[in-house]
Amino acid sequence: MDERTRQMLREILLSATVLGVFGILGAALVAFTWSATAERIALNEREMFLRNVYKLVPREEITNDLLKDVITIEAPTLSDAPVKVYRARRNGQPLALIFSPVQRPGYAGPIRLMVGVRADGTLGGVRVLSHSETPGLGDKIDEEKSDWILGFSGRSLDDPPLEKWKVKKDGGVFDQFTGATITPRKVVAAVTDTLLYFRKEKERLFALPAEENPPNAPKH
Amino acid sequence: MSDYRRIIADGLWTNNQALVALLGLCPLLAVSSTLVNGLGLGLATTSVLVASNVTVSFIRNWVRQEVRLPVFVLVIASFVTAVELAMNAWFHDLYKILGIFIPLIVTNCTIVGRAEAFASRNPVPAAALDGLAMGLGFTLVLMVLGGLRELVGQGTLLSGLHLMFGENLRDFSFSLGSDYHGLILAILPPGAFFGLGLLIALKYVIDRKIEQRAARRNTETEAPSGTAAPAAEG
Repeated sequence: MDERTRQMLREILLSATVLGVFGILGAALVAFTWSATAERIALNEREMFLRNVYKLVPREEITNDLLKDVITIEAPTLSDAPVKVYRARRNGQPLALIFSPVQRPGYAGPIRLMVGVRADGTLGGVRVLSHSETPGLGDKIDEEKSDWILGFSGRSLDDPPLEKWKVKKDGGVFDQFTGATITPRKVVAAVTDTLLYFRKEKERLFALPAEENPPNAPKH
Repeated sequence: MSDYRRIIADGLWTNNQALVALLGLCPLLAVSSTLVNGLGLGLATTSVLVASNVTVSFIRNWVRQEVRLPVFVLVIASFVTAVELAMNAWFHDLYKILGIFIPLIVTNCTIVGRAEAFASRNPVPAAALDGLAMGLGFTLVLMVLGGLRELVGQGTLLSGLHLMFGENLRDFSFSLGSDYHGLILAILPPGAFFGLGLLIALKYVIDRKIEQRAARRNTETEAPSGTAAPAAEG
């Protein structure tokens, strides 16, 4: 090995070392931040999820830890992906089921809903978890933008009767938005399907054994 | 001293990264739908910019030229991840809204640009100040553009302030009233381009005015007071 090759090898080795050292330092910084924040982030996820749940079923009615009373179902009418069902109980008696996420293609992308159905078949309420509908038109399904989504609370398959579970344009009772019919139509259909599924499967859903290791903090 | 003043002026105005260098447009255009969103992403970008500038300046004499850029990218990516985790922990709601644009700070050319063009050639204090000034300049543009789009598009200003500063500021926002239905175009992506175009034009006009005034002052001082400069027009 002549002098030049050795020189070059030394250069390469030195550069690689510098790069390696910074890789380690960067990883250390990230690892440190992660360990300092992980607990808080998990808590945030949990809190955010429960905040949504309590809007559908009042907190003081629930006596069990519904994050630990979870089953996963495959229901093609609700979503292509598995749906988690969180079961709220009051003193051991069935109180309500939270389906999350009920998913449906919207106008611009999937609309993901959280639907709460009380044991008697009335809706505790519906919330939009995520959507990519047009700002100013379809995004009125978002609770932050309008009250439309609150109109589901307290309704059931008898109120209005099943054939009226449509937007007004299609002969139903639910408002559509000016300039956006597809979005509310999809949401109404998703909620109807959830109610139908609930009516058919209610007993079984409440009776199934809870999953062994439910995820601690559902990500939404 | 005047050096530091120039750094500040560069960052906030003369070489404003958004209006003059036109860097970092992807997050700028995408996130500036409300003032608070702009502020949030602006502050996140600024903190990454200061941290990366300081680090790059600190190591500028040790890092070999050949691996300079990969090291910068490593430094920036580490800081961005740290900021992302911190925002997820302490500003969770805002983090949800800004979403993908926080990790995308890595790709904001402003940051690697300042590391390469300034921080790797200047001492730590100057680099820190440069990062701060450039970041604040970027943040200001984000906020003005966000405010503009928010006001025109949904008729509010400062909505969502509680996401950053706590629930007691929820009602702090200003609204044009529920009669104003908003111009959707301003919220949609084209609105961002229109807004940015207007801001760039505005800056150009102001710069022209300043130039003209300076030129006039020059001719005034050159010419003896007897031959007064022509009367100002308009």
